[in-house]
Amino acid sequence: MPAKTKFEIKLGAATREAFGRTLVELGRENKDVVVVDADLSKSTMTTYFAKEFPDRFFSCGIAESNMVGVGAGLAMAGKIPFVASFSVFVINKAFEQMRIGAAYGRSNLKVVGTHSGISIGEDGPSQMSVEEISLACSLAGFTVIAPADENSTKALVRAAAAYDGPVFIRTGRPKAPVIYGADQKFEIGKAIQVAEGKDITIIANGLLVAQAMLAADLLDAAGVSARVIDIHTVKPIDRDAIARAAAETGAIVVAEEQLVDCGLGVRVSQVVAETNPCVMEFVGIHDRYAESGHPDEMLEKYGLVARDIFAAAQKALARKR
Amino acid sequence: MAKSIAELQTIAKSVRRDIVTMITAAKSGHPGGSLSAVELVVDLFYNQMRIDPANPKLAERDRFILSKGHAAPVLYSVMAERGYPDVPKDKLNTLRQFGSVFQGHPDMRFIPSLEASTGSLGQGLSIGLGMALAARLDASPSRTYVMIGDGETQEGQIWEAAMAAAFLKADNLVAIVDYNRIQLDGFVSEVMEIAPLADKWRSFGWHVIELDGHNFEAVEAAFAEAAATKGKPTCLVAHTVKGKGVSFMEDNPKFHGVAPTQDELKLALQELN
Repeated sequence: MPAKTKFEIKLGAATREAFGRTLVELGRENKDVVVVDADLSKSTMTTYFAKEFPDRFFSCGIAESNMVGVGAGLAMAGKIPFVASFSVFVINKAFEQMRIGAAYGRSNLKVVGTHSGISIGEDGPSQMSVEEISLACSLAGFTVIAPADENSTKALVRAAAAYDGPVFIRTGRPKAPVIYGADQKFEIGKAIQVAEGKDITIIANGLLVAQAMLAADLLDAAGVSARVIDIHTVKPIDRDAIARAAAETGAIVVAEEQLVDCGLGVRVSQVVAETNPCVMEFVGIHDRYAESGHPDEMLEKYGLVARDIFAAAQKALARKR
Repeated sequence: MAKSIAELQTIAKSVRRDIVTMITAAKSGHPGGSLSAVELVVDLFYNQMRIDPANPKLAERDRFILSKGHAAPVLYSVMAERGYPDVPKDKLNTLRQFGSVFQGHPDMRFIPSLEASTGSLGQGLSIGLGMALAARLDASPSRTYVMIGDGETQEGQIWEAAMAAAFLKADNLVAIVDYNRIQLDGFVSEVMEIAPLADKWRSFGWHVIELDGHNFEAVEAAFAEAAATKGKPTCLVAHTVKGKGVSFMEDNPKFHGVAPTQDELKLALQELN
């Protein structure tokens, strides 16, 4: 049996950067693509779109509720609007506008949250979003996407634009480790198995996919074969991939940069409970807010690195036996 | 074909009869704020908006959003009278009942001819601004009208939208404030004063027209002035009477959100004959 190829961290563009670049391409291809932003275009990277298409870019000032409402109105009148802000602001300040204007109103609105999770680092907890996956998933009819890297963001932003219905896309601030080649195909709702394995499955998304890959290598060195699945679409979730992982590996660790009580882990467990119950462990943020520091220091302190996933896997394997 | 003032007045009376009758049948609903908005909504749907009820998704149509969604009965009655196929006049009295298209607040899932689902106050003006911006991008003559309640202007999002609409020079957007001076808990001035309301809109950069919202001549003149106003959005501050047309409902906070009894309905219909 050939030795397993080790995963190496190679940083690509930040997912917010990939979003901003893709938005410009979409703007060139379709004049109905429009953007609404709330004084963060230089951070959300909608600034590229604003420069090339000033007539199709609407600045709402620091007013997220109105931004989402305006986006909903543009959608109802036939446009394909992308509204963008930090995840923490758009999901918390404009949640009800997303509910009425996009979910209940079933409009073709694309909401993009940037600077998600605690990996935004130095700005601290008031700017950090640890609940956007849970809140976005609680909007009936919404599709919720959390890409891991540059190439997956490019493809999934395109898929979101092509899809008719409300979508929330979660992106991040720091440069993201490269997981995928440019030729990888992505489909909304279809998880990607990024590493094969038979003893346990690690399910992750966003920056935690890279940590999951590193953890799989640690497990491999300990004689454990770990499967890694990237659930880039949290809703609708890929039930088949989860059910298969539960049946074939009998143990699952879910890893996410969110509050562990209400994010991806909860959604995966529901599928596991409904299909092939197996032992599970969860890596995430435990009922608290983080602090200022370097993104890597945040992930270390709050238990979101490969070592933490490895430890959770060991616990799951012990319970499995 | 535009309606004469006399014809509009006849329609308004019939709409008021529908409102009190359907809310009585439902045993719940909001008569006061439906009755105060009658002339404004009737005039829009008959004499102002470029619409075709037989073709509700007409390209370049004008759009109306009832941001104060609790006044749904006035909208249902006017759209039914106007002949929208998905707003059946003979079913108005199923308001708020299970299975009825006449949901408690306007719901596009049940009536696709509606431009927006509303009911959570404060949101309609932002949505209307988005529609107005889309029309401008398309070089469409489409105009967007958003009716908001006076109490609704206590919502912060209204002022976010007001600021943005003026900044973005959305002169194809008209806000209509149904200034009937009463909200659920009582008189607006006692719950949370919003005066001087016209000055507020003016200071946000809007062209403001104050008018008697029950006088069709004044309503028509205001809409004409709004259409002629370029470079800024227009706000109609329409002074109205809550419960207008039914003596015991007029200016009576009780009838913000309470249905008439059968006896009260009889009295109301006598007055509206």
